[in-house]
Amino acid sequence: MAFYESVIIARQDLSAQQIEGLTEQMTAVVTDNGGKVEKTEQWGLRSIAYRIKKNRKGHYFQLSIDAPSKAVAELERQLGLNEDVLRSLTVSIDAIDMEPSVVLASKGARDERPRRDHDDRPRRDDKRPAPAAAAAPAATDSKEGEA
Amino acid sequence: MAGRPFFRGRKSCPFTGPNAPTIDFRDTKLLSRYVSERGKIVPSRITAVSNKKQREVAKAIKRARYLGLLPYVIK
Repeated sequence: MAFYESVIIARQDLSAQQIEGLTEQMTAVVTDNGGKVEKTEQWGLRSIAYRIKKNRKGHYFQLSIDAPSKAVAELERQLGLNEDVLRSLTVSIDAIDMEPSVVLASKGARDERPRRDHDDRPRRDDKRPAPAAAAAPAATDSKEGEA
Repeated sequence: MAGRPFFRGRKSCPFTGPNAPTIDFRDTKLLSRYVSERGKIVPSRITAVSNKKQREVAKAIKRARYLGLLPYVIK
């Protein structure tokens, strides 16, 4: 059997239970066809970079699968039929990494790290208030002055 | 040796060598360094990414775009 990773975007107005149900439903599709879901990851509600079927946000989740190609074909068919699924991408991978992926890893660390863009204006995708970055630009300005 | 005053020397590929980052389409923070302000993929002659890794980066960016993690265009 081969390893696959499937990232699925579900509609934003689904509840947490519905997302849970959808995950289980897709897991069942894989297991019924002789595959196995090794890992599931919930990335939560994220904003999408552009509108997909009039949605600006979506629930992202990921399944790491060890399954024959038949099961993956069936999974993709079911994902295409399901109205709650906005989009999905299945890629084959060499091995399943049981560590949490970069999305989950960066989620926790995002707030602790200082910002690296030297810009005190809030960005369009920025939900945090602007003054948080005020300290960083001041430091770089003085350095340029010396040179 | 100092014949060319503005010669900086060849930058090496950021994805080669030890502790080089792995290219993953989910890692938008890493990938966003290789797209322009308009959202276009930056050519490797500017970013100094090797040919092989540039193909991987391009593929990762295209996957990220498909999943709405990166934009196709920034207006």
